[in-house]
Amino acid sequence: MSKPDFKKGRPPVKKGVLLRVVKMLFRDYPRLVPITIACILFAALVSTIPAIFLQRITGTIEAYAPTGDYATAAKIIVPDIIFLIVLYVISVAVITLDNQLTAIITQGFLSKTRIRMFRGMQNLPIKYFDTHKHGDIMSYYTNDLDTLRELISRSMPTILRSGIIVLTVFGIMIYYSVWLTLILVVGVVVMMLVSKKLAGGSAKYFRGLQGSIAELEGYVQEMMNGQRVVKIFGREKRCGEEFDDINDRLRNQSFRANAYSNVLGPVIMNIGNVMYVIIATVGGIFLLIPNFRNISLSAIPFGISIVIPFLNMTKQFTGNVNQLSQQINSIVMALAGASRVFDLIDEQPEADDGYVTLVNASVDENGVITESDTRTGKWAWKHPHSDGSITYTLLRGDVRMNEVDFEYEEGKPVLKDVSVYAEPGQKVAFVGATGAGKTTITNLINRYYDIADGKIRYDGININKIKKSDLRRSLGIVLQETNLFTGSVLDNIRYGKLDATDEECMAAAKLVGAHDFITRMPEGYSTEISGNGSNLSQGQRQLIAIARAAVADPPVMILDEATSSIDTRTEAIVQAGMDKLMENRTVFVIAHRLSTVRNSDVIMVLDHGRIIERGSHEKLIADKGVYYQLYTGAFELE
Amino acid sequence: MVKRLFACVREYKKVAILTVLFMIGEAAIETTIPFITAELVNKLRVGAEMSDVIKTGILLIVLAACSLACGGLAGVTSAKASSGFGKNLRGEIFDKIQTYSFENIDKFSSSSLVTRVTLDVHHVQMAFMMMIRTAIRSPLMLIFSVIMAAVMGGKLALTFVVVIPVLTFGLLMVARFAMPAFRRVFKKYDKLNESIEENVRAARVVKGFSREDYEKDKFAVASNNIRDDFTKAERIVALNTPIMQVCMYFNMVFILFVGSKLAIESMGLTVDIGHISAMLTYGMQVLMSLMMLSMIYVMMTMSAESFKRIYEVLSEEPAMSDPENPLTEVKDGSVSFEDVSFKYSKTAERYVLENISINIPSGSTVGVIGGTGTGKTTLVSLIPRLYDATEGSVKVGGEDVRSYSIASLRDAVSMVLQKNLLFAGTIADNLRWGNESATDEELVEACKLAEAHDFVSSFPDGYNTRIEQGGTNVSGGQKQRLCIARALLKKPKIIIFDDSTSAVDTRTDALIRRSLAEFVPETTKIIIAQRISSVMDADMILVMDGGRISSAGTHAELMEKSDIYREVYLQQTENSRGGSENE
Repeated sequence: MSKPDFKKGRPPVKKGVLLRVVKMLFRDYPRLVPITIACILFAALVSTIPAIFLQRITGTIEAYAPTGDYATAAKIIVPDIIFLIVLYVISVAVITLDNQLTAIITQGFLSKTRIRMFRGMQNLPIKYFDTHKHGDIMSYYTNDLDTLRELISRSMPTILRSGIIVLTVFGIMIYYSVWLTLILVVGVVVMMLVSKKLAGGSAKYFRGLQGSIAELEGYVQEMMNGQRVVKIFGREKRCGEEFDDINDRLRNQSFRANAYSNVLGPVIMNIGNVMYVIIATVGGIFLLIPNFRNISLSAIPFGISIVIPFLNMTKQFTGNVNQLSQQINSIVMALAGASRVFDLIDEQPEADDGYVTLVNASVDENGVITESDTRTGKWAWKHPHSDGSITYTLLRGDVRMNEVDFEYEEGKPVLKDVSVYAEPGQKVAFVGATGAGKTTITNLINRYYDIADGKIRYDGININKIKKSDLRRSLGIVLQETNLFTGSVLDNIRYGKLDATDEECMAAAKLVGAHDFITRMPEGYSTEISGNGSNLSQGQRQLIAIARAAVADPPVMILDEATSSIDTRTEAIVQAGMDKLMENRTVFVIAHRLSTVRNSDVIMVLDHGRIIERGSHEKLIADKGVYYQLYTGAFELE
Repeated sequence: MVKRLFACVREYKKVAILTVLFMIGEAAIETTIPFITAELVNKLRVGAEMSDVIKTGILLIVLAACSLACGGLAGVTSAKASSGFGKNLRGEIFDKIQTYSFENIDKFSSSSLVTRVTLDVHHVQMAFMMMIRTAIRSPLMLIFSVIMAAVMGGKLALTFVVVIPVLTFGLLMVARFAMPAFRRVFKKYDKLNESIEENVRAARVVKGFSREDYEKDKFAVASNNIRDDFTKAERIVALNTPIMQVCMYFNMVFILFVGSKLAIESMGLTVDIGHISAMLTYGMQVLMSLMMLSMIYVMMTMSAESFKRIYEVLSEEPAMSDPENPLTEVKDGSVSFEDVSFKYSKTAERYVLENISINIPSGSTVGVIGGTGTGKTTLVSLIPRLYDATEGSVKVGGEDVRSYSIASLRDAVSMVLQKNLLFAGTIADNLRWGNESATDEELVEACKLAEAHDFVSSFPDGYNTRIEQGGTNVSGGQKQRLCIARALLKKPKIIIFDDSTSAVDTRTDALIRRSLAEFVPETTKIIIAQRISSVMDADMILVMDGGRISSAGTHAELMEKSDIYREVYLQQTENSRGGSENE
């Protein structure tokens, strides 16, 4: 059962999408795809042949029935039937092969596409994730890939098969009788017009239905999230009434949409029946007209042995025309889905022109730095120059921003003329209201975004020259919104350093004060984390995230509201660990809670993208400026 | 279980039964048509009169029209019945959830409840529609076709003795093996999608640690693993078509071979060409019906999961109900806990609250302080009976909370939750949650008490400003103040603030407390706070630690006797004057 598609309307399909899907299929399965196509074509052709034999056999019966001489008739009939059996056996074998191959190709192609999408996505800049709804991105992987599955496993084979059958049957029909064929074609056109009309109405109501579903879902979601508030205010009955209204609207839409599509089936089927009857009646009339002149390719005189196979072909013909017309809608849907999938794959990846890399280093007594293959505990920036020489700079954690300007959207500057100097081992704090630009500064340091103007230097190197992955490896980051991954607690801590031993991970947890609560969990470090750690409190999740950054042991750390959800008492307990963690590191701290930033070397107060005050806690308190007012609680931060 | 759900058909029973009747009519006509067509063909063969041929033709067209009418009407009535059934089911689930107590709510996550109301009902509704249409039609078509074939074809109908069991067995085997395989792979597939979602959400973390390649490799392995499982399952299902074709072809060969022999030997008396052609049609109808039945079987078992999930919600017993002859009037705002202990479930080992005994006189202000997980929220949750005490008794206005009707108790006890919510609608709509019939003046008055009036009036639309879903367009502090105003509109005897001014600055916080003391002196105020400054001037402060009240008293007393209190106080006031922190 597929999930109903809640999206409204029909998205645009880009040109060449179908061709691209076909090309990709051939490239991914250069042998299997042609074999499958051959199977489909063969099976389709074979499925029309029985009509000819049916005609021959009925002709024979017709000829010999009055005589009752089966023995003679059998000489003609039995070889025909044997030939038919052989044909059927081959056909079943071919169809089995075709179906099995289709299953293999479909799932393989989907997996490959999914991996392509995921790889592409991993290479995208943060901006992409910030500017696209996460639900939309997910729907590329679920709904849109699902329409692709439909396209490959059903629509494409059906079109090939039905197309061939329709053409072949058409040929055979003309071979027998042009008159009857003409009547049938007129009937089919009528059938298609009616079904198009009905399908159009159905589509209209289905769009309305999706709107109603979305409305109901939105309401239920809000009420379920607010269930506790509903109870406290005793609003159960009122909510029930509101729900009834929305619910009844949905019922009405659902009724209309389904009624239309339910009627479609019987209509198509009975038009098929009527066609059958008309052909039979007209055929009968032709039979009764003396010396009726049949026009056909075969020049077989008109007789009962033409009418009967023709009747069977009537069903085959109308049935397959129907199949074709039904696929059109799902192909349009699939191509729209495919366009979105390709959009994701084609999205411009994050540019990285950095050539300065981070290497393990050792320093001899003369202070000469050499590159090392093994972990030495020391790191250096490897800086190749245009003349072919290479210099090494020891990683120290000196970060300088010079007159940096930045805007996310054109014309809406977020940072103006910001200069920050952080020497190795210093703790720099940013304070300011939401939207003042605190988080933006950290976004720029590890190049989630690139600055518009000004310079950021890391150990004296312009960060634009540093390879992004290496730059980020040297920066530890703990965000307010903690994101954990499915896996054990230990796995999550190890995320910071993939080759860390269990002991290293536990040491990091101990350092930041997370060890205590982890060991008290039912499975300790092996406790599985699921649903982004919904089984943990926000504070516990933050502690694990801090441990994750600690195990990476980076020279520079960015703590963006990292302890916002840890209550003050627990914070006091983990404070010692946090202090230890910050020792000998350059640390950027963003915090609402001013007690957290008090012991920083320098505090920057940001307002609307500008640094309006800077200095130590004591200095800023003595100045009695904005910081002082914030600190004494006279201002509301948000 | 099935009975319970189908009881929801209620007023749509009539249309559902009509659907079944129409379907029977359609199936009957549908199977008569080939029979009469065979007559027609035979008439042609023997060279009947032109008028006779036309008469039979018209009869056939009339039959087709009747079949169309039946089928079409069944389509409409089944849509009506199933959409009505779906509506009733959704209503039933939603109403049921409204009767849940907090204990019940804790069991289901809100997203899983949403899925049950929407997607699961959709699946069950579709299964229902399928049941009253196809599940009636297919077996009928099968039976009618076999009967007609037996009447007409005599010995030729023997083919069904072979074909029907073989096909049934084959299709059932496929369904049996494929379904568990699919169920397994769907679970894995859900997990894969979860991990994609994780990566989307945690893009900053992945990039921050430069783990792009690691994630790519991990994903490729998981995706290929699913591909293998999916392919296995799909390959089983792909056997359906060949099995069906073997039966179909066997049928054709048998009918042609035996039929031709019978026709010629009997000189067209027992079987003639018309019969043979009709037999082929019946054969197709029989096989198609079987195919449909196997599809229904699969659909039904798949929607069984949805059935189960819906039933879970409907069969959940509300953990709390009104007593017989409940009290409806809360006398005053006094609260007392008499040796109260509490744990969230009977099987839980640890008590969240242990041996709590306190007495809060009506109109007093009580502060509650303590670390996370010390039981502060649980303690106050017992007052409006969000949960029932496991042992001991909680009294409001001198009576046990269990002796009041829940509605009147909660009317008298207002609680501002820690995780508070505003709903989509205007500010005034949201405030009126507290009192539906509140006048504009009352709204303004409550907002003034909660220090919300100034910022509300500063909005261009004032009290008619629309709040977005989840209240995202007001700041945290503003949201908290609106929630306080909303709670005040109830004019409660007791008001509880569960850390509900954490985002409000200390000055405004103090103003709110002052106006409460001044304008609603008779209301008991219970304040849970992280900030000592929020509770410092309370009549009594409770210090919670490990589910117990470690000490209680005024600020001055606690500074004397409580180490925890003193520690928190010093930490918060160190180096600063007056206030301490700002979240």
